[in-house]
Amino acid sequence: MYDLQYYKAKNVDDAAAKINQAKDGKYIAGGQTLIPTMKARLASPSDLIDISQIDSMTGIKVTGSEIIINASTTHDEVANSLEVQRVIPVLSDLAGNIGDPAVRARGTIGGSVANNDPAADYPAICLGLDATIITNLREINANDFFESFFETSLKDDELIVAIKLNVPIKAAYKKFPNPASRYAMVGVFIGILENGARVSITGAGNTGVFRSLDMEKALEKDFSVAAISNIKVPLSEIMFDLHGSAEYRAHLIGVMAKRAVMSC
Amino acid sequence: MRMVEITFRWLKLVLIDNNIVGLKVNTKANLGAYMSLFSSAVPTYLYATLLSGQYNISNIYCDVQAVYTNTAPVDAYRGAGRPEACYLVERIMETAARELGVSPVELRRQNFITEFPHETPVIMTYDVGDYAANLEQAMEASNYNSFNKRRVEAQKRGKLRGLGMSCYIEACGIAPSAAVGSLGAGVGLWESAEVRVNPVGTIEVLTGSHSHGQGHETTFAQVVADRFGLPIDNIQIVHGDTDKVQMGMGTYGSRSGAVGMSAIAKALDKVEAKVKKIAAHVLEAEESEIIIESGEVKVSGTNKGMGWHEVGLAAYTGHNLPEGMEPGLKEGCFYDPVNFTFPSGCYICEVEVDPETGVTDIIQFVASDDFGTIINPMIVEGQVHGGLAQGIGQAMYENVVYDTEGQLLSASYMDYTMPRADDLPMYQVMHKSTVCPSNPLGIKGCGEAGAIGSPPAVINAITDAIGNNSLEMPASPANVWAALQLNSPKLAAE
Repeated sequence: MYDLQYYKAKNVDDAAAKINQAKDGKYIAGGQTLIPTMKARLASPSDLIDISQIDSMTGIKVTGSEIIINASTTHDEVANSLEVQRVIPVLSDLAGNIGDPAVRARGTIGGSVANNDPAADYPAICLGLDATIITNLREINANDFFESFFETSLKDDELIVAIKLNVPIKAAYKKFPNPASRYAMVGVFIGILENGARVSITGAGNTGVFRSLDMEKALEKDFSVAAISNIKVPLSEIMFDLHGSAEYRAHLIGVMAKRAVMSC
Repeated sequence: MRMVEITFRWLKLVLIDNNIVGLKVNTKANLGAYMSLFSSAVPTYLYATLLSGQYNISNIYCDVQAVYTNTAPVDAYRGAGRPEACYLVERIMETAARELGVSPVELRRQNFITEFPHETPVIMTYDVGDYAANLEQAMEASNYNSFNKRRVEAQKRGKLRGLGMSCYIEACGIAPSAAVGSLGAGVGLWESAEVRVNPVGTIEVLTGSHSHGQGHETTFAQVVADRFGLPIDNIQIVHGDTDKVQMGMGTYGSRSGAVGMSAIAKALDKVEAKVKKIAAHVLEAEESEIIIESGEVKVSGTNKGMGWHEVGLAAYTGHNLPEGMEPGLKEGCFYDPVNFTFPSGCYICEVEVDPETGVTDIIQFVASDDFGTIINPMIVEGQVHGGLAQGIGQAMYENVVYDTEGQLLSASYMDYTMPRADDLPMYQVMHKSTVCPSNPLGIKGCGEAGAIGSPPAVINAITDAIGNNSLEMPASPANVWAALQLNSPKLAAE
């Protein structure tokens, strides 16, 4: 490992102050993406500001129609939270199927959302549950937050402190895992919220997670498999790689969407 | 008389009344950018020599072009050339049966070699086997004959069920030294052993067959312990220590049992002969009357005898040895096999394909192997499990992918799909064995069989399920789905 400064932040303000002082600082929580990236020499921050031990940044709170998950809460804590299981069971299932037990023990919801991996699961449920991303500076609606491959509307050194998700009337998430990495090759989240239907798709989009407005409209009129069975996402918006063509992924979106509707 | 030609990719099979009369194969082998240790032998000597499979084929033509490319160099991997030969032969047998509209079982049975020794047109002389016995055992264990019921039941659940088999043969214990020397090999292919009986009767065995997980410490010790009826704790196997072990050739090509243990057995013969001479002298009996059992060296039909350890002590004190005999009890052997060994068997794989996604589940996998004599069934079963996992990995998961610029795309396990425990079925592993006549223990070898026999069984099953032959390994969900689209573009969408 090359030289770097490690600092364990005491609170959110302390973390923000420290990163401002650093030449090329990075926040680290679970480190499930950052550490492998550093190991591969694709990142070499001068300072790591550890935000995993800040008390106010962990924990889950349910308030009527909303659930607030602080950013340094691990996938394992989300998956096993009785509150989450009671209020949004699909969120517990989703978190419980990220990576493997070691990843879930360290990885955090804030880290995953900030990273915006195009094949990650959390961006789909954030977009699907009309989440609010709460940072140390402001609140950002999920619609405006996820921009492209690994790109978000976070400013340099802006820190996610919590994610606020709406409790759906019903919801389901169907993930087709990449056979090698077991990230989502296609993941479709379908939710019925107070203000309408949401369909969000991860793993397949050319620009990361996206919504299918066509499917949302169709499901609002008629929440059935038949309503969406003829809706195709344009191939030009779908990514391809050695694991599957755009045609295959587009097809899987249909299959996973159908299965999500059926299990709603 | 009905003559037909079945063409499958670079293969042509000629049959008269469903009897195979000829096989023509054109092969291009990618050796990568540099010549490595064994790379050119894999697609030539280890491959073309097994193109007769388990079948009586009087004419075989094979043209291999080895090609240098800009990809990584290749070398021997579990099975090395034999999986490729088995894949070709068993895929074209299945294809031929489907095209001829005959049962794949009957087509194979009709063409099995049944008389031994059998010299194939591609050098090998098969010494012994009973291919139909393994086929029948695997069919029975897999409930082969009631498969159609299961296919219909799966259809009701929207799944495509398929059955495939593979009747493999392989050549292990590559030999003899003179033969490989004539082909340009730079080494001999013998194995050595030294058996040292200590004055207290414990035995140290030095072997050139290194053990790196194959369990030689157990299996080799069993052979020695069983020979004289000694506790297995009294046997120590020494390997891999170049300060101690005489020259050795190593562990490869499923040879440690057939060649390494044969060397031990031959050294044990010499030990036994000397023990009998010493005991006959001490006990005042004829050598021919001496028997060794349960750790005792006895005069047959009498109550006269001495303990194994007493013979050891007698050998080293040298107080009372036959005239002219050297003291000590240590014998060695350099064993050079006279022929390859030919493990064979029948693998049956049953799959279910989800036509919506192309995901394939292996429902059952039955392996009936003929490994000759089996010393330790548990270790042999473990070898079969590991081999099957590698073969299934090749058939369904693993793939090295380069882009058109020669850039490696599958550079980490995030993209190179290793089979994991939950990808693999519970195996049914069983045996029907014939004894190998060319070595003293009758062993054929078991290390690579699973990896050799399984890929065509898996792909035959999946192509049976999806109803067409246009499927390349690995049968990833994307590839299976793409193959399904060739049948009926609507099928998967519905």
